[in-house]
Amino acid sequence: MDFLNALVAFTNFVIVPASAYGAQLAIGALGVTLIYGILRFSNFAHGETMAFGTMVVLLVTGLFQQWGISLGPLPTALLALPFGIAAAAALVLFTDKTVYKFYRRVKAAPVMLVIVSMGVMFMMNGILRMIIGTDDRRFADGERFIIRARDFKEWTGLSEGLAIRTTQVLTIVVALITVALLFWFLNKTRTGKSMRAYSDNEDLALLSGINPERVVMITWLVVAALATVAGTLYGLDKSFKPFVYMQLLLPIFASAIVGGLGSPLGAIAGGFVIAFSEITLTYAFKKVVTYLGPDGWSPDGLVQLLSTDYKFAVSFAILIIVLLFKPTGLFKGKSV
Amino acid sequence: MIEVRDLHMHFGGFRAVDGASLTIEKGTITGLIGPNGAGKTSLFNCIAGVLTPTSGHVFFDGEEITGMKPHNLFHKGILRTFQIAHEFHSMTCRENLMMVPAGQHGETLWNTWFGRKRIADEERALRAKADEVLEFLTIEHISDLKAGEVSGGQKKLLELGRTMMVDAKMVFLDEVGAGVNRTLLYTIGDAIKRLNVERGYTFCMIEHDMDFIKQLCDPVIVMAQGSVMATGTADEIMSNEQVIEAYLGTGVKNKKKESAS
Repeated sequence: MDFLNALVAFTNFVIVPASAYGAQLAIGALGVTLIYGILRFSNFAHGETMAFGTMVVLLVTGLFQQWGISLGPLPTALLALPFGIAAAAALVLFTDKTVYKFYRRVKAAPVMLVIVSMGVMFMMNGILRMIIGTDDRRFADGERFIIRARDFKEWTGLSEGLAIRTTQVLTIVVALITVALLFWFLNKTRTGKSMRAYSDNEDLALLSGINPERVVMITWLVVAALATVAGTLYGLDKSFKPFVYMQLLLPIFASAIVGGLGSPLGAIAGGFVIAFSEITLTYAFKKVVTYLGPDGWSPDGLVQLLSTDYKFAVSFAILIIVLLFKPTGLFKGKSV
Repeated sequence: MIEVRDLHMHFGGFRAVDGASLTIEKGTITGLIGPNGAGKTSLFNCIAGVLTPTSGHVFFDGEEITGMKPHNLFHKGILRTFQIAHEFHSMTCRENLMMVPAGQHGETLWNTWFGRKRIADEERALRAKADEVLEFLTIEHISDLKAGEVSGGQKKLLELGRTMMVDAKMVFLDEVGAGVNRTLLYTIGDAIKRLNVERGYTFCMIEHDMDFIKQLCDPVIVMAQGSVMATGTADEIMSNEQVIEAYLGTGVKNKKKESAS
């Protein structure tokens, strides 16, 4: 029985990756939840918005690398992030003006807007493929690890290594900063309060002199920023592949719904709930169990609850359970 | 002050407002009564910009405001409250009031980040004003409660308070007394009266409680089937045969007779 090694293995393969993945989902879900709260529809094009922002970050990163601009140990992508946000903002404002504005004016039902956003999703997806293709691209540079498995073993003398990648720490740090800024914005500034007022009660907001078009515009800007940050963090941590962002839509929506649609705090909690369940359920516990069991014994199987192929099924199952038993989510959002 | 000329609001084949014409004089508390489905709320919605009328005109101080958006009307000083009280439920009552004055310095994205000092000054002034309003309405004890958690009557007072955060000229009250107990109704009535006298607000209120109407309103406009049926003082209206027939019912008549004999 070797408790310490088991703990290290568990941290290395579950806690660290799940925290990073959870932070990425949380920021993605924040975007979805803001759109739902303020524009009152589920934006299916959110994954594509993330992909578009990330694509621009990737292209600008490439440019910077050519020019020899870098951030030292940190990924160059951080420098390119503002450009990605600007491009994503331009894209969503353009779609809002050309597409969504019309449906707002005719007061279309939310279901109709969902279908419309699906159309937007296909369009954006096509544009993405035309610009950058469907290949897998890595754009993380700089120092790859903060703690290497080998170094960790040397320091501690344990047989199990713990590796912490730069991108994982970066994800969490950037996520914390983003969330802090967002909450400060929503709770303390007049603009943010107008957004919350509009989300609470649209009719009253209008009759209190709040300009709806401005609220909508600012919402899109904030959402574009969140989407690009989430997409870039995900891309840095894994790799950039346009198609993956479309698949990410499911866990992101699951996070937003689990936390309660329309509730920013819920989106964050939901992101971590989904990430931890997904990774815990698909992790092969063989190593951990071997350490914990009697000496010289190890389980025959992988001790894995679900094959990783089924990781999306986890989000789906959680989604269904929440919708059945607590439709408003953990933080009392709007019921769907 | 407000002039409505031959206003029509049709929903498909249904004529909610069917050729209504009326005037609301400056400085009055005009009552608007009528049976359910007479088109009172639709008329309100048309004037307040929530609905765009099918045809007809609305004038405010001689200027045409037909079909203007609510937030633009707000800037002109035309405000309304709702039959079922609306509030920003996730904010405190004080914050609810502080939301109201539009065109605040902190409203643009740029100033949010780079004009902190001016915003802070502005917020302080607003806070003082909100506290003053809460005190005026005698509900200062709820200022830090979430607006979603206070009672229905307090929400109604909060709605009234909202109109006091700006220099409203014309306020439309949609059944401000509905579902409110007698004591609170008295407070609301008192606040309306004081606003009218002390601050020169013009009110137009939809109401069903005839005693409340009689206490506050002059003149009273009666609507039926989408158009104006009669206009006059509360007493005139209550003795108008046609109105009794259509709306008040014979109960009022009998009561009158009883009190006369």
